[in-house]
Amino acid sequence: MFTHNLSTLQALNVPMREITMSQAIHDALAEEMRRDPTVFIIGEDVAEAGTPFKVLMGLVDEFGKERVIDAPISEPGFASLGVGAAMTGMRPVVDIMFGDFLGLVMDAIANQAAKIHYMSGGKLKAPIVFRTTLGATRRAAAQHSQSLQAWPSHIPGLKVVLPATPYDAKGLLKTAIRDNNPVVFLEDKLSWQMKGFVPESEYTIPFGVADIKRQGSHITLVGTSSMVQVALAAAEKLAEIGISAEVIDPRTTFPLDKETIIESVKKTSRAIVLDEGYERYGVTAEIASVIADGAFYYLDAPVKRMGAMDVPVPFSPSLEECTVPTPDAVFEMAKTLCGKN
Amino acid sequence: MDPNYPVASPENSRIPIGDIEQWLHMYEQMLKIRLFEEQVNELYKSAKMPGLAHLYLGEEAIAVGVCETLNKDDYITSTHRGHGHCLAKGAAVNLMFAELLGKAAGYCRGKGGSMHIADPESGNLGANAIVGAGSGIATGAALSIKLRGTNQVAVAFFGEGALGQGLVYEVMNMAALWKLPVIYICENNHYTEYTYYEEVMAGKLADRPAAFGIPAEEVDGQDIRQVVAAAQRAVERARNGQGPSFIVCDTYRYSGHHVGDINRGYYRSKEEEDLWKAERDPLKQARDWLVTEMKAPDSIFEEIERRVNEEIRLGVEFALRAPYPDPSEVTENVYA
Repeated sequence: MFTHNLSTLQALNVPMREITMSQAIHDALAEEMRRDPTVFIIGEDVAEAGTPFKVLMGLVDEFGKERVIDAPISEPGFASLGVGAAMTGMRPVVDIMFGDFLGLVMDAIANQAAKIHYMSGGKLKAPIVFRTTLGATRRAAAQHSQSLQAWPSHIPGLKVVLPATPYDAKGLLKTAIRDNNPVVFLEDKLSWQMKGFVPESEYTIPFGVADIKRQGSHITLVGTSSMVQVALAAAEKLAEIGISAEVIDPRTTFPLDKETIIESVKKTSRAIVLDEGYERYGVTAEIASVIADGAFYYLDAPVKRMGAMDVPVPFSPSLEECTVPTPDAVFEMAKTLCGKN
Repeated sequence: MDPNYPVASPENSRIPIGDIEQWLHMYEQMLKIRLFEEQVNELYKSAKMPGLAHLYLGEEAIAVGVCETLNKDDYITSTHRGHGHCLAKGAAVNLMFAELLGKAAGYCRGKGGSMHIADPESGNLGANAIVGAGSGIATGAALSIKLRGTNQVAVAFFGEGALGQGLVYEVMNMAALWKLPVIYICENNHYTEYTYYEEVMAGKLADRPAAFGIPAEEVDGQDIRQVVAAAQRAVERARNGQGPSFIVCDTYRYSGHHVGDINRGYYRSKEEEDLWKAERDPLKQARDWLVTEMKAPDSIFEEIERRVNEEIRLGVEFALRAPYPDPSEVTENVYA
């Protein structure tokens, strides 16, 4: 397919079906496992349980326990096994139940998988996908709620994917599995039940191609993963007061489609960057710097960043709600940048 | 220890006198590692080698004894003290030296250096500078072997210090559960960097794998016959689908933790070092056995020494003359 934008495909009457994000992930895995016998899944409770989130439900029935492997609660162990298997001809998809557990597996990801191709002068490679989660507001508190995409994005050798819709999730996961490099694939826990259209026929989405989720002319909202819906909701409200917001979803933080982001801001002259990771030293900082560098002479206002509040994610709903950017907060920030206050 | 686990002893671990050519080849491989490492030390002292290196002097019988029982397509993972494993598995001396000197002709085009030599052609999945990490990769390779249905085995070399890492136990648990064809070779050289191992290790080394039901043997790592015998049993188990094995090799690190660790008096005595070198040197022991029991003539050893010395000399010359990588290569191979 020559376009990787869902609206364009729909306008072209490409046959579609409506599925949840969870189903999109499931279908991408099933299709790739059918296509390539070297693809296998390893993680905690991935087989009969289909993970606690039920995303993988049924895969073990089709592919058996040899290819959907229930591992002990040993994240560093089974992540390392994945790396060794990837280096010797397999394409593992390692299931890291919560993004917070990246803290347990960072050696396998950042010191082993990310570096083996370079350290070996190109002789070895590690085609492996680490699927994990991000996202707060599930009342799961500080160790099950973080959005740590900045960590892998920082490491040369890794690719990092942040799907925001079922269409993106399916196409990007298939690309991740076929990629010859380690890929960290982060899914927003609250998006799994989100419904959306996906083409009925086979498709993939290349990395490093941002998606314009909404066209606009007054301000650019760059949003990743969970923040795409926040940006779209804010854009809807902004339209009511005559502000036309463009919503750009980079879809991958590395490779990053700098050009699409910069071109949008050159057009709108204003930008807010949204990501659910901690604001401090985060994904928003990197993208804001890309904008400042690439569209400096076109800017009419400082580039603003909105991320998770720089506190451990609290449990109490009244506290947790404060920590994540909301459509209202984005709306207010955009209004200010556009001089509508 | 479970009495059912075989424990190496002179009665059960000395393999019958076999092909003298193969034993002489093993002696030659040990000598190659010995002279290679001595040359590395020289390159360091004369400031011709960037960075540091961790020498394998004194431990040669383990790498050679284990790798001689493997096929070319069997896998190994190695450690920061990895030159011996790489050479024993089939790496070429000249390309090893080139990598140590950071030259483009090196195994990793100068991007890996001493601690990261990888050579997939000889089954070497890489030396690793994170202690214990190779055990995870080797166990993953063993999972891959099982899934692909080949008859390969994977060997993880690591020092006793790696037994301080949780990862090693996590992967041993999975290897035992799934009967993966992996062999854990624990080289107990008695010093975890600058600390005597018993100061930082509770209980007995071999009890730890035994807790997972992994057969654990303890052998004299200075006697290549014992190493070969134990490795052969482990390889056979792995190829027969009987799962992992663990071998503790008692050995000694002749030099410091790395080439710059010169004054070692605060953690061990000169007398101790001299005693190991005088009484338990793996090359001396192998040569004595080959001469007295296998009737190998001295002239054979002279020939081996001449050959290995020449290989080392040419290898160093090659590496010193080889060009550094062009700076434009710095961004190559970040992504495959």
